[in-house]
Amino acid sequence: MTPDLIYGLTGMAVFGIGLVGALCAQDRLRRVLALKLCSVGAAFVLVVGAWREPPGAPDPVPHALVITGIVVMVSATAVALALIRRLQTLEAEDDA
Amino acid sequence: MLEIVAASLIAAGTIFFVAGTVGLLRFPDIFCRLHALTKADGLGLALIALGVAILAATPGAVFRIAIIWFFVAVASATCSHLIARYARQSGARGQHD
Amino acid sequence: MTDPLVIFDLLLALGIVALAIASLSVRDRFAMIVLFIVFGLFSALAWVRLSAPDVALAEAAIGTGVTGALLLKTLHHLRFVESRTAITEAACAPVPLGVLLANAAFCGLITLGLAVAFLGAPSAGPGFDALVAEAMPASGVDHPVTGVLLNFRAYDTLMEVVVLLAAVIAVWQIERGLSDAPAPAMGEVWQGFARLVLPAIVVIGTYLLWVGAEAPGGAFQGGAVLAAVGLLLLLTRAYVPRPEHRGIARGAFVLGTGTFALVALMVAGGGRVAFEYPLDHAKTLILLIEGMVTISIAVTLAALFHGREPVALPKGGRDDT
Repeated sequence: MTPDLIYGLTGMAVFGIGLVGALCAQDRLRRVLALKLCSVGAAFVLVVGAWREPPGAPDPVPHALVITGIVVMVSATAVALALIRRLQTLEAEDDA
Repeated sequence: MLEIVAASLIAAGTIFFVAGTVGLLRFPDIFCRLHALTKADGLGLALIALGVAILAATPGAVFRIAIIWFFVAVASATCSHLIARYARQSGARGQHD
Repeated sequence: MTDPLVIFDLLLALGIVALAIASLSVRDRFAMIVLFIVFGLFSALAWVRLSAPDVALAEAAIGTGVTGALLLKTLHHLRFVESRTAITEAACAPVPLGVLLANAAFCGLITLGLAVAFLGAPSAGPGFDALVAEAMPASGVDHPVTGVLLNFRAYDTLMEVVVLLAAVIAVWQIERGLSDAPAPAMGEVWQGFARLVLPAIVVIGTYLLWVGAEAPGGAFQGGAVLAAVGLLLLLTRAYVPRPEHRGIARGAFVLGTGTFALVALMVAGGGRVAFEYPLDHAKTLILLIEGMVTISIAVTLAALFHGREPVALPKGGRDDT
């Protein structure tokens, strides 16, 4: 039982949970959040791949990739949330 | 010797955190819960920060731990205030309705 | 089972999975967002255990802090719109149980396949660490992650800044003419808190940027912390975006991309490959790029939080342009 095994399987589980949420959730906000969970699960696997047994230094390239991924994910989330706000307002106007 | 002092301080801090969490789970309404959480966690955080600061190698690290303690304490107090304020306002509105 | 930290790892892993399930299954949407924020902080803790402090800082600041603020802002807007009309979130029909089960089964199969592939993969195979360690003296910085981000894989980072720029353009277009939910009143304690922490956040953000050359930290973490300044200013109403500030904001959005691209072009003009910095100036150039990118990230993230472009529009009405 090493940390890479434990957290690698955690990442898989989080990815799976996010996938179920993204497919099954009704609420749009919840669906965006589920996709964010998927991205965290993928990041877990990359960080685990960079890990080395304690005396060794971790591989910096996957770390840089994950940092890039986190910033791209926040951009995508922001656009998705703006679309949700717009959609909700349009539906409210249609109703009224 | 120093390590034993630090370890006992951290252990005491952890006990306060556990007590605060038990209060959060067991108390009936939001104000009681906040009361348990803020008091116990504030003391627990201070004890843990003190224990870690004893173990810290350089004065710079001690300084950083002190800054972290200060800002976490201020932020948690402000958050609790905001939660309590929101709860009181929305609760009052509920009674009028 | 000699290492007591394995128990900690197992507990943390269980906590992360439980929080992921809880945040998707809890009914109240506010609780969902709060659980997600706790989930993000727990994963940051797990990444510290995997000796990835840079990634943990980025996840805590951007992936959890800024994303959480964006989600809460959207929830506030949705509740405001719902309170004005009769729409509720339960308006749509529930998903049939069979569809739910089929989806869950397929997702379980996919996850199982991924897990089998993960367990079968050679552990700790040869990565890029030897190559990076060999090239580090030529990078101009002492911290490998910063070296990879701004020197060896600088194209990635340039495109990442472009993605942020594209996101803010898209948000301004989408939200054009959208009326805003009234900002909640936060009280005097909050105002005092903001006054106390604002100067400290500026110092901490700049410190994170500066320390990135030799220790965990850097432009993205520093930029996210500085974006918190923008969020606090917007939430305290100390700064209200106005139409005439749009020029400055646009300048700040493109500052990072512009500097980055300009440095690449100038380096390329000297007969080198783009991003092959001359060794004597590498640290200066990287710090220059990081500084400008930090400003861009901070302003862009704050603008993404504020959402709509500041245009003069009648309160509550729609601007038909």
